[in-house]
Amino acid sequence: MRKNYGPLYAAPMAAWMILFFVIPTAIIFSYSFMTKDMHGGVIYEFTLSAYRALNNPTFFKVAFNTIWVAFAATILMVALAMPASYYMARSKHKNFFLLLIIIPFLTNSMIKIFAWMGVFWIDSGLLNSFLLWAGVIDHPIRFLYNTNAVIVVTAYTYLPFAILPLYTTIDKFDFSLLEAARDLGASKLTATLRILLPNIRGGITTAVLFTFTSAFGNLAIPSLIGGNDSYMLSNFIRHEFNIARNWPLVSSMSVILTIMTTIAVLIFMRLNRSPVEVARENREAVNKPAGSTARAAGTGGAV
Amino acid sequence: MTGAVQSVLGKIKGIMNTGNKPTGKFSLSVFLVVLVFLYLPLAILILNSFNASKSMSWEGFSLRWYNELFFSPSWVSLWKTFGNSAVAALTSATAATVVGTLGAIGLYWYRFRAKKAIQIAAFMPMLIPEIIIGVSLAMLFASTKLPMSLFTVILAHTTFNIPFVLLVVMARLESFDFMIIEAAYDLGATEYQALSKVILPAVFPGIIAAFLIAVTLSLDDFVVAFFVAGPGGSTLPVYLESRLKLGIPPVINALSVVIIAGTVVLAFLSRNIVKYMFHSNK
Repeated sequence: MRKNYGPLYAAPMAAWMILFFVIPTAIIFSYSFMTKDMHGGVIYEFTLSAYRALNNPTFFKVAFNTIWVAFAATILMVALAMPASYYMARSKHKNFFLLLIIIPFLTNSMIKIFAWMGVFWIDSGLLNSFLLWAGVIDHPIRFLYNTNAVIVVTAYTYLPFAILPLYTTIDKFDFSLLEAARDLGASKLTATLRILLPNIRGGITTAVLFTFTSAFGNLAIPSLIGGNDSYMLSNFIRHEFNIARNWPLVSSMSVILTIMTTIAVLIFMRLNRSPVEVARENREAVNKPAGSTARAAGTGGAV
Repeated sequence: MTGAVQSVLGKIKGIMNTGNKPTGKFSLSVFLVVLVFLYLPLAILILNSFNASKSMSWEGFSLRWYNELFFSPSWVSLWKTFGNSAVAALTSATAATVVGTLGAIGLYWYRFRAKKAIQIAAFMPMLIPEIIIGVSLAMLFASTKLPMSLFTVILAHTTFNIPFVLLVVMARLESFDFMIIEAAYDLGATEYQALSKVILPAVFPGIIAAFLIAVTLSLDDFVVAFFVAGPGGSTLPVYLESRLKLGIPPVINALSVVIIAGTVVLAFLSRNIVKYMFHSNK
């Protein structure tokens, strides 16, 4: 039997992740239960005050705003990405279209944000110039520095992250299944909802996970595009870290941010289970065989 | 300018019409909306980089912003942070590619204790918000009295790059037949020979893709570098954020065009990274 080199191959990575991920995460978790030192850092005395400090209306407002921005931007992205990637996958020119999505995908986010500052800028920005020219408004509007602007720019920044995984899954989908469904009398909508969607769950999961997590913890967009009333958790963390130097509070907020993301991810993955998984769970619950899916597929093949 | 736009639009329309597969009008129109949404802000930015005016209203063609960007002493600090970004990206991508590729081989082909735990620890950073990585590493460095510098940025970037390298290289390994390596062993190859002569050449496209993704992620990062960069170690996004808080200097249009040009070249080179990065195994 050959020597098992697995641990040897994995050792550098394991060491790196322990040193620079596991330990720092443990530090944040433990600091969140400690007493604040005046000049940054902590005093090693157990207290829950960093969590008690979160129990105030400002924090709740910021937390709610963070969820809202991430949720709205994700919905916007998926709503645009699904039809767009479907079109790309069915097109004759998919490689060219793919390139058109990869370019903004690789474009630096700071440049994307800068580009939108130009679109939203009050003094002869694109949108104001257009609306003034079209006569819709008679004096410039302040588009920047509010929550809606943050949502639009977040959706813009991460839209390619939603399109690419959806495109790769839809590209593998067997489109003749849709034609079969139509031949059997299903409407376009029914065929899409009951045949296409269940088959591209993997892509939807990846798209939502990428976009939601990125939107949730983003700092650059709310800090450049948002205003004082569109503060997100990351702005709060930055402020407490750099200005107030309250490390326990920074830590407790980071713990809450992590827990909120994890819960959102788990809820989503639960909602987005495949019919097979749901069937398996039902079978385990009721202890009854669920062969209907396989039988339906068999009939489809015979037709 | 309008002529160019029209000819491009005409071309796109031509491409759309030649598709012979049945595609819905709805998905086509959403796709066009997406393209306009993605490219209009960038197009305006490119146009403005050649604008003679300091404001955004068009006052004629000029290269003054490019001249200022490359030759004015007031933008020397920008180029310094640009250099920092390049150094951080290349170093952290190299380190992450080496560590992550070896890790992927170990996790994919072997069974051993703690394998599951290592896998979770290595993939987790991808799922938690980046700001947590930045803050927690800043606290680690401060607690261990490691002074913040460009070096700490490199350590942090390597950390968030490793999961992506792991993902991409493991995806490549999935399409690879282990029998080939068994054959190498049967023919008397040592582990080192098997690694350097068989495994690495076979996963090489995956390694290149992983490296390119790591470079891109490092160049793109603002939030982690913001927390862990020390004096003189600022990266370009950190510098840009501090400048853009005060306004939108037209020189940044010129800088953006230079970077976008680089991105287009990179996009041509790395079209296949998508299939490794977003390949789904479920």
